[in-house]
Amino acid sequence: MNAATSTPPGVPSVETAKPATSVSPEVAAQRRSAWTLVAPATLYFLVLLAVPLVLTFVLSLHGFDPNSGGILPTVSLQHYVDILTDSYFYEIFLRTLLLSVGVTLLCVLIGVPEAYFLFRMRDPWRSLCLVLVLGPLLISVVVRTLGWSILLGREGLINAVLTKLGLIDHPLQMLFTMGAVTVALVHVLVPLLVLSVWTSLTRLDPAVAHAARSLGAGRATVMWRVVLPQITPGILSGSLIVFALTASAFATPALIGGRRLKVVATTAYDEFLGTLNWPLGAAIAIVLLVVNVLIISGYNRALEKRFTRRLG
Amino acid sequence: MNQLDSQYDRNGAGALAFHVLFLVFILAPLVVVCLVAFTPDNFLSIPTKHFSLRWFESLMSDEDFQSALRTSLWLGVMSATVSTALAVPTAMGLARYRFPGRDAINSFLLSPLMIPPVVLGIAFLRLFTLLDMGGSFESLVACHALLIFPYALRLIMAALVGQADEGERAARSLGAGRWTTFRRVTLPAIVPGVAGGWVLAFINSFDELTATIFVTSPETITLPVRIYMNMSETVDPSVAAISTLLIGVTLAVMLILDRIYGLNKVLVGNH
Repeated sequence: MNAATSTPPGVPSVETAKPATSVSPEVAAQRRSAWTLVAPATLYFLVLLAVPLVLTFVLSLHGFDPNSGGILPTVSLQHYVDILTDSYFYEIFLRTLLLSVGVTLLCVLIGVPEAYFLFRMRDPWRSLCLVLVLGPLLISVVVRTLGWSILLGREGLINAVLTKLGLIDHPLQMLFTMGAVTVALVHVLVPLLVLSVWTSLTRLDPAVAHAARSLGAGRATVMWRVVLPQITPGILSGSLIVFALTASAFATPALIGGRRLKVVATTAYDEFLGTLNWPLGAAIAIVLLVVNVLIISGYNRALEKRFTRRLG
Repeated sequence: MNQLDSQYDRNGAGALAFHVLFLVFILAPLVVVCLVAFTPDNFLSIPTKHFSLRWFESLMSDEDFQSALRTSLWLGVMSATVSTALAVPTAMGLARYRFPGRDAINSFLLSPLMIPPVVLGIAFLRLFTLLDMGGSFESLVACHALLIFPYALRLIMAALVGQADEGERAARSLGAGRWTTFRRVTLPAIVPGVAGGWVLAFINSFDELTATIFVTSPETITLPVRIYMNMSETVDPSVAAISTLLIGVTLAVMLILDRIYGLNKVLVGNH
């Protein structure tokens, strides 16, 4: 803190205009105090995030002895080869990918119109409905998943109603199907998409739509040519969040999908806490992490390119 | 919102129908959980003739549930506090200065939002096994403080950015030291942001399941983990009763947040 207090008072703390070619003493002092301020959290993250991830990667390179259940000192890429070639893992990764694409598409299909309708409401309905739609985000995923298992179970509400109405003779098997996992995940994640679209709607300039309207554009034309292009970034970033969260979802697939419909996250969990094959579980986790980061950063880069080109 | 309101700006009947269906979809699972909690039966069923509080009463004598609740509450309080304490100086550094490495540090500190919780859980488990301190309450606090840090950081950053630094400059030019300026000028101005960050961090810690499953031990089982375990083994309506309590508490917190900040601000600032 000595360096910090030696800065003369009155020197503005935000000084960006100076060229970075030569670092003046004031700038150096400011950098020091900035680094001092961010250092504790950064160190914390190095110890509790960077180091454990490196340890996990190292673990994934080790062999595993299924007889003794021990981690072997050998170092190889065997687990990664297995994950990429074994049809068992291939199916799990493919299922996770299809699930993520399906959930994302459904969230866009129902979330975008909902956000738009919410946006066109007037207070107090607007605030109330916004809280009803977004509030569940604060409720534990396990609780929301319990609701779906009650609704979809063999003796569940939907089966009971369908039987009462005479539409079906035997209760439908809905739990432990991909359809059920998809619906439950859409329920868990669609508020995030609504939120993302909502944010870009609030930045929308209503005057443009009114101008288009007064120049004779129809409702649909205004929607397609004026509103939609402006909220596209919100839709895309929201769908990215939904996609990434579905790909790494654990509780809902585990509870609604059951043992047979494994996804990547539940497989990693089973290898770690069921089979106790830690090296393989670590390799699955690393693949999930790398794929996730690649998709997110690739998607972001593609978006930036597209939009800077259009705007610039 | 604007004076040009016209027929065009209103939702049509189709839009309203869609909206009602959407709300039913969002709320049905939650309503069902709350209804089932009042069943007099021994299995998950919607009560038709009789309502009973027996499953809530059974929670009162359920030691597993009570210890899970205590663990979750303490864990939330401790980790949100650690997280906020780390996030305040970090937010000051990131919001008030431009320095080399700033962007890298910023995305590093927000990365828990991007890393799948399963991966984080496995990484924590690996670290704590090597350190031979797996399953302790302290290790859970350490993990949660990291997981929820981005939420605290974002809200505090937003408070700092929204508040110009002229007051700080004035205090400094009048001879106040750094610490005095922070304590007397900056902190009072960002208290709402810090408090909001703390609450959001607490809620996220309280709800965290996936990463926690890997680092928890029988002595430190949290409430979501307890519910998850109950659900994957024997399902009796006490799970619905616990969930109903959680929904109730969340509603109360939401109302409080809404009164103080406006809930949509808290939620919209979140992502």
